Amino acid sequence: MPTVDTFEDALDGLAVETTRLAPETFEETIAEVVTVPAVGTSLPVESVSLEDTAVLTDPSPAEIDTAITGVTGATLGIAEYGSVILPSTPAGDEAVSLFCDHHVVVIDGDDIVPDMPTAVGTMATTLADDRESAVIATGPSATADMGALVRGAHGPKTVHALVIES
Amino acid sequence: MSTDEKAAHIRRLLDTEGDSVQENTRVFNQGRYAAVEDLEDYEGLKDRARDIKEDAISRLPELIDELTETVEENGGHVYLASDAADANRYISEVAEKENAETLVKSKSMTSEEIDVNEALEAAGVEVYETDLGEFVLQVADESPSHIVGPAIHKSRREIADLFNSEFEPDEPLETAEELTMFAREYLGERVKEADIGMTGANFLVAENGTLLLVTSEGNARKSAVAPDTHIAVSGVEKILPNFEDLQPFIELIARSGTGQDLTSYLTLLTPPVSTPTLDFESDEPLSEADGDREFHLVLIDNGRMAMREDSELKETLYCIRCGACANVCANFQHVGGHAFGGETYSGGIATGWEAGVHGQESAEEFNDLCTGCSRCVNQCPVKIDIPWINEVVRDRINRGETSSEFDFLVEGLTPDAEPGGVSLQKRFFGNFGTVAKLGSATAPVSNWFAELPPSRWAMEKVLRIDSRRELPTFADETLQEWFLVREGLAPADADREVVLYPDTYTNYISPERGKAAVRTLEALDVRVVLPDLPESGRAPLSQGMLSTARQQAHETYAGLAEQLDASRDVIVVEPSDLAMFRGEYEKFLPEASFDRLSDASYEVLEYVYGLVANDSEKTDVLSGGPGRVAYHSHCQQRTMGLGEYTEALLEELGYDVLTSTVECCGMAGSFGYKSQYYELSMDVGYELEDEFERAGERDRTVLASGTSCTDQLDSLLERKPRHPVELIAPDTE
Ligand code: SF4
Repeated sequence: MPTVDTFEDALDGLAVETTRLAPETFEETIAEVVTVPAVGTSLPVESVSLEDTAVLTDPSPAEIDTAITGVTGATLGIAEYGSVILPSTPAGDEAVSLFCDHHVVVIDGDDIVPDMPTAVGTMATTLADDRESAVIATGPSATADMGALVRGAHGPKTVHALVIES
Repeated sequence: MSTDEKAAHIRRLLDTEGDSVQENTRVFNQGRYAAVEDLEDYEGLKDRARDIKEDAISRLPELIDELTETVEENGGHVYLASDAADANRYISEVAEKENAETLVKSKSMTSEEIDVNEALEAAGVEVYETDLGEFVLQVADESPSHIVGPAIHKSRREIADLFNSEFEPDEPLETAEELTMFAREYLGERVKEADIGMTGANFLVAENGTLLLVTSEGNARKSAVAPDTHIAVSGVEKILPNFEDLQPFIELIARSGTGQDLTSYLTLLTPPVSTPTLDFESDEPLSEADGDREFHLVLIDNGRMAMREDSELKETLYCIRCGACANVCANFQHVGGHAFGGETYSGGIATGWEAGVHGQESAEEFNDLCTGCSRCVNQCPVKIDIPWINEVVRDRINRGETSSEFDFLVEGLTPDAEPGGVSLQKRFFGNFGTVAKLGSATAPVSNWFAELPPSRWAMEKVLRIDSRRELPTFADETLQEWFLVREGLAPADADREVVLYPDTYTNYISPERGKAAVRTLEALDVRVVLPDLPESGRAPLSQGMLSTARQQAHETYAGLAEQLDASRDVIVVEPSDLAMFRGEYEKFLPEASFDRLSDASYEVLEYVYGLVANDSEKTDVLSGGPGRVAYHSHCQQRTMGLGEYTEALLEELGYDVLTSTVECCGMAGSFGYKSQYYELSMDVGYELEDEFERAGERDRTVLASGTSCTDQLDSLLERKPRHPVELIAPDTE
């Protein structure tokens, strides 16, 4: 799948590790990429679920505060930039993807679009029409304000993308 | 600020902040060049961005209404503040209603513009800047020196010293990593306990109420969603009609600013957001957390609606505050926003912003640091003619100055069309054509006289011409005088005819380059005519003497119209004059006249390149290599994309060409002569010197296309620079 290859390449350039996997191996992969304590939200990818993993879903703010890993899903990926669209949900996707040091993002390979115009077009009919919020996240948070590039300014220091291919 | 104070201020910044600013802006700049190269259709994206902005600003009142409606429909509040005080009053009231003790704030120039921190602190609210650059400045109690990288004037070492003395950590902080992690922890706590989060907005979408925040650190996300009250402050100009309109800006803003393809986070908030509020002490699952949120959008006019009515300042409202115009600017690279900035905004476009939101006096302080070199023009993602805005405001400042006691004297002596009040220094340089004419008519006496110590002293005292700068010498015989004598030598059956534009410098100061141009063209079977023509208006334009420039533009066009009627191409030696014909004349002349002249005008080597490109045998008549040359293309020539012709032609003729990569020579016409700017001009120039004086390059013949560059190179190097056409001209008389 060329789009996923492009996506993976772009993420590689952002120091984000990518794992492509079949839904059947999801639980064992999660066990490998997550450092506990881990918190998460329900995933927008139908074929997988965090239910039988060590990831605590529906966490409290205090649990988010102490967790090392946050696992959330992306509704869309942009291959050329390695960006993921993280929705802002009542389930707390925003907080879980932002406050933990390590962010594991789960995306369906079919939800990766080639470029920004396509992504903005899709978002216009989903997110914008429904007046929802989201963040286009590209790599871990970063800053150069202290005299050199440092990853993990306020948000996650590391990001790991799991691409579900069925 | 007096001239001397200004000189001292600039000198101090060159010494203290220059190195840091330079290093950082360079990284942004190089990043931008690389990042836009990856774009398939960079020009197309810029055009779309420009179109969207033009449309949005023209419909602004209607978009403000639409946005207000949608945000209110979504459950948020909108307040349209007329000025800073009004905005601050509203914000303080919200804080009071929320019983807020602390507020966390992400970086926003608009909030700097209204000085909201002071207002909040006066209302008893503690404000924490969460952007790490802004945090450094808050701790240091300093103002931003760049619209994108507010603390780029500080080195890592300085930040470490600052943090170590302010926070006295157990282990002294040293590396960028340590400093970042310290700030992350410290500010993370502030975010958790804050009652209100404040952000700016890079763009606002009218149709659905989305605001886009462009950040990399994640602090804007945290500030917006952790506390239960979010206040966003934004200038009214940031509204776009539709969500899709965001796309070109998303792809341009980071590239233009810091040279990244995208920043880490592009937050599309449509508040009040549905994400639960976060009380980090709570053990209740998120699904049971309170989802009640307050959102206030404070839309700030503060002069913007008036700018919209101002045909010249209006373009400023298209600005997306990416900072590209600052990063590419040689002067900015050396002194940063503490010299090249006003109360809030810095860099090329700051003149427009400051004049619009804080008034002309704020722009006056730094407006002259824009030399009109035009290097920023192609870098601006919304294609704003930044130098033009600087010239217009300069003109307005000139007009606002109170007349001096010398005005009657100067007005009698100078033929310009300016009212009283223009400084003597500006008037002198703006009327340089007249000075050159007189100087040349009385040379060599004038040259001898100008160099006499009492003359230099008077020039320094009255005109503030720096006595360390060598003055140009006027030629005894002007180019036109030379041409009259030899007119009969023109080729009898020429292929074509051109008119050579005798600019002030070529005519009175460096006729050699004009002579070389004539010989070259004639050798290529082109008949040259060289009529007496007025000045282009470049000199007064750069002093902000717009009426004089306009008048000269009309006269020059009138003088050239007959030549255009005769189907003659117009060949220009001085790139800054060609830039007038192809650029600023659009503002001065009727459209048809402008089109006609700009289509027929060529830079001399561009023209020669065109002549030989179709007929390679023609190169035989030119003086070819081998030879090693070091070439510095003029800034306006580079903006017009013309430097390549000279390079290609020289290579074609067998020369080994080293082209300078530095942004500028530092001279730009009168700038380097002025006492207040002499040192900055030289500081910028030293980089060009370094490039051409590197080991292994010192044997190269130095070439430069513009007179200012030639002047500057002349004072920097032992070798005498020449115009490229002098190198390739055939050895005929
Ligand atoms: S004027 Fe153009 S280049 Fe300068 S900050 Fe504004 S958008 Fe960027």
